Amino acid sequence: MPETSTHPPAKAKITVRDLTMAYGPFVVMRDLNFEVAEKEIFVIMGGSGCGKSTLLRHLIGLQEPAQGSILYEGEDFTATLPAERGRFIRRFGVMYQSGALWSSLTLAENIAMPLEEHTKLKPRAIRDLVFYKLALVGLSGYEDYYPAQLSGGMNKRAGIARAMALDPDILFLDEPGAGLDPLSSRRLDDLILQLRDSLGSTIVMVTHELESIFAIADNSIFLDTATRTQGATGRPTWLRDHSENPAVRQFLSRGGETEPLPTIRS
Amino acid sequence: MSKPPASPPRACWTRDGGRVVLELSGDWRRGGVEPRMEGTPPQGAPDAYVADALGDFDSTLPAFLLARIRAAETTSPSLDGLPPDLRGLMELALAVPEESEAREKPAETSEIRKLGTHTIGAWAGVKSVIEFSGQAMLSLGRFLTGRARFRRGEFWLIVQQCGVDALPIVSLISFLIGLIMAFVGNVQLANFGASLYVADLVGIAMVREMGVVMTAIIMSGRTGAAFAAHIGSMKANQEIDALRTFGFDPFDFLVLPRMLALVLMMPLLTMYANAIGILGGMLVGSAVGIPPSLYWYETLTIVTMENAFLGVFKSVFFGIVIAMSGCMQGMHAGNSSAAVGHATTRAVVASITAIIILDSAFAAIFTILDI
Repeated sequence: MPETSTHPPAKAKITVRDLTMAYGPFVVMRDLNFEVAEKEIFVIMGGSGCGKSTLLRHLIGLQEPAQGSILYEGEDFTATLPAERGRFIRRFGVMYQSGALWSSLTLAENIAMPLEEHTKLKPRAIRDLVFYKLALVGLSGYEDYYPAQLSGGMNKRAGIARAMALDPDILFLDEPGAGLDPLSSRRLDDLILQLRDSLGSTIVMVTHELESIFAIADNSIFLDTATRTQGATGRPTWLRDHSENPAVRQFLSRGGETEPLPTIRS
Repeated sequence: MSKPPASPPRACWTRDGGRVVLELSGDWRRGGVEPRMEGTPPQGAPDAYVADALGDFDSTLPAFLLARIRAAETTSPSLDGLPPDLRGLMELALAVPEESEAREKPAETSEIRKLGTHTIGAWAGVKSVIEFSGQAMLSLGRFLTGRARFRRGEFWLIVQQCGVDALPIVSLISFLIGLIMAFVGNVQLANFGASLYVADLVGIAMVREMGVVMTAIIMSGRTGAAFAAHIGSMKANQEIDALRTFGFDPFDFLVLPRMLALVLMMPLLTMYANAIGILGGMLVGSAVGIPPSLYWYETLTIVTMENAFLGVFKSVFFGIVIAMSGCMQGMHAGNSSAAVGHATTRAVVASITAIIILDSAFAAIFTILDI
């Protein structure tokens, strides 16, 4: 599919095969098949409650698939015992929807903890790294604050800084843009692009901020609530204009394609 | 992914006329060797960079550069000569100026100031207890006049949680307490050939003190902690704010049903604990040769209605104390998960302390009144 990606065909970083996700007997999504290429910015889209975050939880191993498998660089992640998944998980960076910072630690300690645990860096080097990561998300000066002392948006940005702490190979972001002001949101897009370009990270994010989807996503999957399976995969701008699935076109044009929404402003 | 062998990272400061140039080379990777510094670092940030021999890098390099720039406190640092990807990262990191106002000033730590802070804190604590008691009283008033709103279903659920659900642990503890007292008492009383008075000892101790105090301590660890944790996490989750904005009084909605439930259940649990404790004593009695019927008869002669009532009377107050300290710590909890933990600890410590102090006060009053 040359029109779905601007990058030369890269090898698949993540391969999802026939994935069925379920909570007990309740099937959330079935038969998901997609690939995330190396150094790609991949977006998981869909209406609220359709299982976007659940898919992310499956990808990072917090939930077991009901059926199907997930492969990282060809290696089967689902077949690996949870106890032996460390070597996969150490390459992940994950940002949770509300930040999920450890509330008994300051922002600096939150970011330093994985560095202290998994690297042999000197305290000074760790401090420099913490400062830098916080500067990247625009939180310089807030090192010694506790998460409870800061706003939700700031917690979210600090959560992204923590996810980036170990320069992960694959960065998973759960709704990073939601709740951020337009400027922070724009900076976040720049940051994600920059991380991909300079550090070569692969980025998988759940989001429904259309502006940022069109601005940065190379590839995407649309989860269709009505059919409980994937609606489409491909580059969002291409899907908006050419997808055969009306639900996808509608979602990507804010429902404006079928009938114009009544406008309040003149 | 195969990587070419890493070359050692190096940073070299050189002076080119009036300009300070930082020469970067090698692979800057987290797992690799420590970067080597050469030349004398200047006061300010470098005016230009030379990065022709720069290899691979991860976040350690931009972190190093940012620390130099921040230390120099320049407003517009030059990024000339950096490769575009590194330059992009540095621009992002420098885009939002440091919030120097946000950095906390080091707190003054003179002893007098500490003493003052503690005194003010203690006074604020006392005030908040008085305020909370007052609000609870008002809420009780609203309940008695039928104006308090809370969900009846939830009230009965709380009654179940702090009543029936506590029976197993209360049974176990009071049975063992009765057993222990009878054992220890019998060792002494047998010396005088007065083993039968074990029944008096266990009976009096259970109904006047042990039954009610042990039940209260169990309930503060079990139910008081649960109240604090539940209300505290509701607070952290803004659920209490949500109650307020919908016009519910959080006192009527959360504190009142919990207080009523405990005031209702504590006397019942205490009576139950007393009975089980006496049963425990009876078991030891029959083991040392006192027939159960005799033991029972002896117990009835000493455990009068008046005696039995004292413990139950105290249990009402202990119930209020447990519910109040649990709910109060929950309502005053901070909005993080760590704060919920602190609130729970404080609730249990405060209610156990208050129970023991209150019990001493009751003991003094009953002695003066000669009952």
